[in-house]
Amino acid sequence: MAHAQQQSFWSRYVFSTDHKIIGLQYLFTGMFMGLVGSFLAYVFRMQLAFPGEPVPLFGVVTPLHYNALVTNHGAIMIFWVAMPILIAGLGNYLIPLMIGCDDMVFPRLNRLSYQIFFLSTVVILVSLFVPGGGFGGAWTAYPPLSASAQYNHTPWGAPLWLIAVALEFVAFLLGGINFVTTVMNARAPGMGPMQIPIFVWMVVIASIVFMASVGPLVAGAIMLLFDQLLGTHFYDPKAGGDPILWQHLFWFFGHPEVYVVLLPALGIVAEVITVFSRKKLFAYKTILYTAFATGIISFFVWAHHQFVAGIDPRMAHLFTITTLIISVPIAEMTFAFIATLYGGSIELRTPMLWALAFIAEFLVGGVTGIFLGANATDIYLHDSYFVVAHFHYTFFPIAIIAGFAALTYWFPKMFGRHMNETLGKIHFWGTIIPFNFIFLPLFVLGAAGEHRRIYSYEHFSQLFTPGLQNLRVLATVALVVMLLFQFVFLYNFIRSLFAGEKAEENPWKANTLEWLAPSPPPHGNFAEMPTVYRGPYEYSVPGRPLDYWPQHLPN
Amino acid sequence: MLSWLVPQASTSARDIDWLFTLILVTVGFWFVVAQAALFTLIFRFRRRPDVAAAYISGERKEEKRWISRPHALVIVCDIVLIAGALLTWKAVKQDLPPADERVRIIAQQWAWVFVHPGPDGKLDTDDDVRTVNDLRVKIDTTYHFELTSRDVVHSFSVPAFRLKQDAVPGRIVTGWFRPTRLGTYDIQCAEICGIGHALMPARLTVETPAEQAAWYASRSAQGG
Amino acid sequence: MSASHASEFPVPLASRRSATGIPTGRLALWWVLASEIVIFGGLLASYIMFRLHHPHWADEASHTNIWAGGFNTFVLLTSSLFAVLGHQAAEQGDGAKAARFLRLTVVGGLVFLGVKAVEWRGEISHGFTIYRDLFWTFYYTATGLHGLHVLVGMIVLWLVAGDAARGRNLHRVELIGIYWHFVDAVWIFLFPLFYIAR
Repeated sequence: MAHAQQQSFWSRYVFSTDHKIIGLQYLFTGMFMGLVGSFLAYVFRMQLAFPGEPVPLFGVVTPLHYNALVTNHGAIMIFWVAMPILIAGLGNYLIPLMIGCDDMVFPRLNRLSYQIFFLSTVVILVSLFVPGGGFGGAWTAYPPLSASAQYNHTPWGAPLWLIAVALEFVAFLLGGINFVTTVMNARAPGMGPMQIPIFVWMVVIASIVFMASVGPLVAGAIMLLFDQLLGTHFYDPKAGGDPILWQHLFWFFGHPEVYVVLLPALGIVAEVITVFSRKKLFAYKTILYTAFATGIISFFVWAHHQFVAGIDPRMAHLFTITTLIISVPIAEMTFAFIATLYGGSIELRTPMLWALAFIAEFLVGGVTGIFLGANATDIYLHDSYFVVAHFHYTFFPIAIIAGFAALTYWFPKMFGRHMNETLGKIHFWGTIIPFNFIFLPLFVLGAAGEHRRIYSYEHFSQLFTPGLQNLRVLATVALVVMLLFQFVFLYNFIRSLFAGEKAEENPWKANTLEWLAPSPPPHGNFAEMPTVYRGPYEYSVPGRPLDYWPQHLPN
Repeated sequence: MLSWLVPQASTSARDIDWLFTLILVTVGFWFVVAQAALFTLIFRFRRRPDVAAAYISGERKEEKRWISRPHALVIVCDIVLIAGALLTWKAVKQDLPPADERVRIIAQQWAWVFVHPGPDGKLDTDDDVRTVNDLRVKIDTTYHFELTSRDVVHSFSVPAFRLKQDAVPGRIVTGWFRPTRLGTYDIQCAEICGIGHALMPARLTVETPAEQAAWYASRSAQGG
Repeated sequence: MSASHASEFPVPLASRRSATGIPTGRLALWWVLASEIVIFGGLLASYIMFRLHHPHWADEASHTNIWAGGFNTFVLLTSSLFAVLGHQAAEQGDGAKAARFLRLTVVGGLVFLGVKAVEWRGEISHGFTIYRDLFWTFYYTATGLHGLHVLVGMIVLWLVAGDAARGRNLHRVELIGIYWHFVDAVWIFLFPLFYIAR
C-alpha cells in the first residue's frame, strides 16, 4: 500500500483515523482508567477494614471522600473501563480485521468518537478535584440527592460528573453507529451472516442494545442537568416532579448496559476457547439466537432494581418473571461454551486460562443473580453487599477476566510480539485467587445484612462484630494482593512491547481473518483484501492435514 | 439459612428465609453440575500428543440434546422459583393483613423520626410519642407503617425483620411487619442519602406490651 | 482548507462496500435517527406520564399559542417539500437546482425559529417561564431540544447546498432531506402534545 509517506507523531498516533490506532487509544485510556478505578477501590476498602486510620497514599477518609470514592469507582469501572476496553477498544481494533476490510466505514467519525470520549475522561478526572469534591450520590445518581447541591454538597462535582457521563454516551453512540454500519456493509466478499465471528456479532448486538436503551437516559440526563444548573423541578416532588421517573429512565438503560458489556466478553471467550481447544464452536446458531434473545429480554427487566422503591407491588411480579426468564438464554449459551470443550484438545495457554476462568467465575455471578431477581428475597438483599458481590462476579469476569483474555490473545497481532507465558500465568493465578477472596466474604457480609455505601459500620452493633470485621479485613487484604499482582502484568506488557519474542502472522493457528494480516497490521490491514469461503470455527475438520482451516483459503 | 447470620425476628423473615433456602438449593445444584462439567472436560480433554480434537458442529439434533435437555430443566427450575418468589412476595409485600397498630416513619438527612401511637393505640392523637432514632414495637402485634421522607430518597431497612422500603419524598408508602422475637435490632438506611448516610443508625426494640406501657408512662411523666 | 483536506483524505475501501445493497450513508443515517427517536421518545413518554397525573396541565397548555404553532407546522411541512424537490433535482444530477431548494429549506427553518423566538418571548413576558410549572419546564425543554435539531439541520443543509452547487456529494442531498423529515416528524408529535391537547 502506498501510505508509506512520512507522518508526524501527532498525525500518526494522536489524530489518526486508522481504526487500529483509535482502538489502541481506547484500550490504553481504558487501562489507565482501570488503574484509577482500582486506586479508588483500594482507598475505600482500606477505610472499611481499618476505619478511621489514614490510608497510605491517600490519608484519612471522610464520609464526603468515601461517597465520592464509591460513586466514581462504579462509574469509572463501567463507563471508562469496561465500555472502552471491550466495545470501543477491541471492537475498533478487531472489527475491520475480522470482517476483512481496511478500516471503519466512517474513519473521521471514529476519530471524533474517541476525541469526545477523551474529553469525557478529562471531565470525570477533573470532577474529582473541584471545590466541594467529586460527586458522591452513587453511580445511579438518584435525585433529589443528585439534583441539588443543597442535598449532595457537591455543587461542581455533580454536574461535571453528569456531563462526563453524557459525553461518554455521545462517544459510544457515534462509535456504535459506525460499528453496526461497518459490519452490515463492509464485510469481505463471501462473508454471510453465519460466517461472521461471534465476537463481531456480539459487539454489533451490544451496540444496538446500547443505542436503543440509552436514549431515554440521555433525555433524563438533560432533565437532571436542568434541575442541577437551572433549578427546574423535573425530579423535585415539592414542585410536582417525580424522583422515581429518573429511576425508571436510569434502569431502562442500566440493566441492558450489563448485557452491552457482557455480550462482547462472551464473544471474546468464544474466540479463545475454540482456538485453544481446536474445536468448532458448539451450536453457533444457538449461541447467536440466545444473544439476540438476551438483548431483547434485557429491555423488560429494569424494574427489578426498584422492587423496594415504592413501585406498585403487582408490577414486581412481572419483572421477577422476566428477570428469571433472562437466565434461560444465558444458561443455554454457557452450556454451549462448556459443550465446546467436549472432544477438544485443550491447551492451557494464558488466554485460555482467562477464558475458562471467565466461565467458572461468571457462573457464580449468574446463579447469585437469581436471589436478586426473585422479588421477595430481593427485599432483604437489595442494596446489600450481596448485590455488590453478585455484580462484581459478573463485571469482574466481563471487564477484567475477559479483558485479559483478549489482551493476551490478541497481543501478538497488535504489537507483533509475544507476551511472556510464565509471567502471564503468575499474573493469572495472582489475580484469580485473590479475586475470590475479595468477593466471597462480601456474599456473607451481605447475607448478614450489611448495606452498601456506608463508610463505617462502627455505629451498627449487629454489624461491627469481630467475625464480620475479620471478613472485611480479609476482603481488603485480598484486594491489595490482587492489585500488587497487576504490576506483574504491567511489567510483562511493557517489556513484551519492546523485547518480547517476535510473533508471526498466525501464532495461535486460528481461522479468523485478523490472523491473515501481518503482525502488527499496517495501515490498510491486508496486502490483498481477503475473500471468505467458510465459517470462522472450522477446526479439526476430518480428512484435512491441518487442524485449522482459515476462512480466506479457497476450497 | 440466613438465620445463622442474622436473627429471624418477624413473620416476613421466616417466609423470606424459606425462599432464600429454596433458591440456594436450586441454583446450588446447577452451580455444582456446571462447574463439575467444566472442570471434568478441561481435565479429560487436555492436550495429548497424537490425539486430535473431534469435529462436532453442535447443530445436529442428537448433539443439541446436550444443551437442549439442561435448557428444558432450567426452565422447569425457573418456573418453580418464580412460583416461590411470587407467593412469598404476595405474602410479605402485596397483601396487607389488618393492622393492630400504626406507626409513622419519617426519614430526613440524617435521622429517623418515629411517631408511636401512644397508649391509645391511635396515631394523630394527643398521646402520640415522637422519638428520634428509637423505634419501639410490641411483640406479636401487626403494625402498619407510613413511610415518607422530608428531603432525598432514603430506605428503611431492618435486616432482622427482612424488611426494606425506600422512603420517597412526596409519597407515603404503607407497609407492614409483625415482630416475633424480643430484642433490640439495627435499623439502617439502605439508600445513599448524602454525607451522613452512614450516620443514621437507629435502634428498633421489640418489647412486651407491659414494657411498652411502662415506657409510655415514663415518657409522659418526663414530658408532661 | 476543509475542502482540500477532504480530498486528501484517503477514502477507505470499507466505505465503498455495500454488502446489504443499501448505501452506507443512508444506513448510518437510519441508525442515527433510531437513536434520536429513543431520545425524544424518552422525553415525550415522561411528559405523557406526568400529564396523565396532572389534569391541571390542560389549563397551562391553553396558554400556548396554537396559531403560532400551527403556522410553524405549515412552515416545516413546506420546507420538507423543498427538501424533497431538492432530492429530485439531485437525482437528475442538477446540483445548482438542488442547492436552490436546500437553501429554501434553510429559509423555512429560519422562519420556524423566528416564529418560535417571538412565541417564547411573548410567553416569558407573560410569566410563563420555565419555572412556572412542570408543564412549562417540559414545554421549553422539548421545544428547545427540537429547535436545536432544527438549527443543526439548517447548518448541515447549508453546507450540503454549498457542495451540491458545485456538483459535489449529491448523494448527501437525500440524506439531509431524510434528517429534515425526521425533524419535521418530531414537531408533528410536539404540536398536538403541547399545543392542541387541552
